[in-house]
Amino acid sequence: MAELKLPADEAAIRELTVGDYVELSGRMITGRDAAHKWLLESFREEVAPFLQGTAIYQCGPVVRKNDDGCYDFVAAGPTTSIREEPYEADVISQYGLRGVIGKGGMGPKTLDALGRYGAVYLHAVGGAAQVLAAAVKRVERVFMLEEFGVPEAMWVIDVERFPVMVTMDSHGGTLHEEVERESRERLARLLGRETSRV
Amino acid sequence: MIDRNRYVETLTEMLRRASTQLPSDVVEALRAGQSVEEEGSLARKALDTILMNVDLAREQVAPICQDTGTPVVWVHHPLGISTIELGDAMKEAVRQATSRQFLRPNAVETLTGRNTGDGAGRGIPFIHFEEWDRPEIEVRALLKGGGSENVGMQYKLPDNGLGAGRDLEGVRRVVLDAVVQAQGKGCAPGTLGVCIGGDRVSAFEESKRQLLRPLPDENPIAELAELEAVLLRQGNELGIGPMGFGGKTTLLGVKLGALDRLPACYFVTISYMCWADRRAGVRISEGGEATWLS
Repeated sequence: MAELKLPADEAAIRELTVGDYVELSGRMITGRDAAHKWLLESFREEVAPFLQGTAIYQCGPVVRKNDDGCYDFVAAGPTTSIREEPYEADVISQYGLRGVIGKGGMGPKTLDALGRYGAVYLHAVGGAAQVLAAAVKRVERVFMLEEFGVPEAMWVIDVERFPVMVTMDSHGGTLHEEVERESRERLARLLGRETSRV
Repeated sequence: MIDRNRYVETLTEMLRRASTQLPSDVVEALRAGQSVEEEGSLARKALDTILMNVDLAREQVAPICQDTGTPVVWVHHPLGISTIELGDAMKEAVRQATSRQFLRPNAVETLTGRNTGDGAGRGIPFIHFEEWDRPEIEVRALLKGGGSENVGMQYKLPDNGLGAGRDLEGVRRVVLDAVVQAQGKGCAPGTLGVCIGGDRVSAFEESKRQLLRPLPDENPIAELAELEAVLLRQGNELGIGPMGFGGKTTLLGVKLGALDRLPACYFVTISYMCWADRRAGVRISEGGEATWLS
């Protein structure tokens, strides 16, 4: 079982390949639809150091504010990644991201960026909101809370043994394409024909 | 006349149970999947994580998934009960469950993009009322998340591309196609609720109503029971696996129902329920006593 410390360098990322199970420890940052759009409208100096070398977690958490003003993640599973396909490649290149965490996989533009800049797509288990929230040990700070609201804000978090699967790597490998191709072939056989409709 | 406060309290408790406790038959089906997936595979790891998450949610009385979904509710009531009062109480229960963080505020005004903040909205929760000849009220609810709702499908037969005619063989072909199109995106392993026939509206409702059936039950219509078994087996032969990681566990169940149709229409309507197959039910006696349904 591999452990990956965040932030990570390019060499560590290039070692990961599709099918690896990895536990993440260190600092990451959340960001989903509003954040991705905002990050590309102009270069955000204040957030950039928190993206450099680490992973963005596509997640809209349920967050509790404690009496002392600190925050806790109550439920924090991944959201569907493909919505960020138009943005993610540019976020990776402009901010030096090493990882994207979400669910369902992403498209060819992101896959190309993973190879070009040395980054990896990490699939968290969809719906596992409690297991993943339990791996979030501390909320360090938050950006754009007022403007975006709780689910869309960018939360800087410290995680310990945060479980993910490598489903797209920096060598052009993607489990999603493999599984889909194989399942279409099996469907064609079950329907008694050469190929199924794509 | 219903005792509103007590009724709201019971329905809030029903939503808490639905959001935090996965039904035992679903847990059993997930465990069965876990036992057939290879040790060390991503499929096995995903199911290990899912089952750990189910336990954690129950212990901590916290939502299984942060997307607590849309409550889809069916109410059976005796003659003389106001469905306006019942509907109003259900909506209030959604608000209370949301304020207590059993549900996430999940109602967004479509035109403004504003979240209503309290979980209730126009058409949310969606409630189906039906009168029956018993003295008690029965309420059953599904919490259906957005990821799985997005992969639902409605086919109209014949479908030439799939070679699907207007018969059960045609139904088999389009249902398997829907499973392939969904891949892992609906948070597999999923359960399919399918309606054969009906119109475009009634069919989606019936497909969701099918999801209320416990996984091990048997369809009383012999040919549908047989097709359910075939689809479950063949769906799992597609190799999509938990979360689409590849593997043997793609579906936990397939439930088929049929409605009558117009001569010109033959719809096959598929609602996909994620692995977090959250359902709960309660029967409320005339005196207000609650009996929880599995």
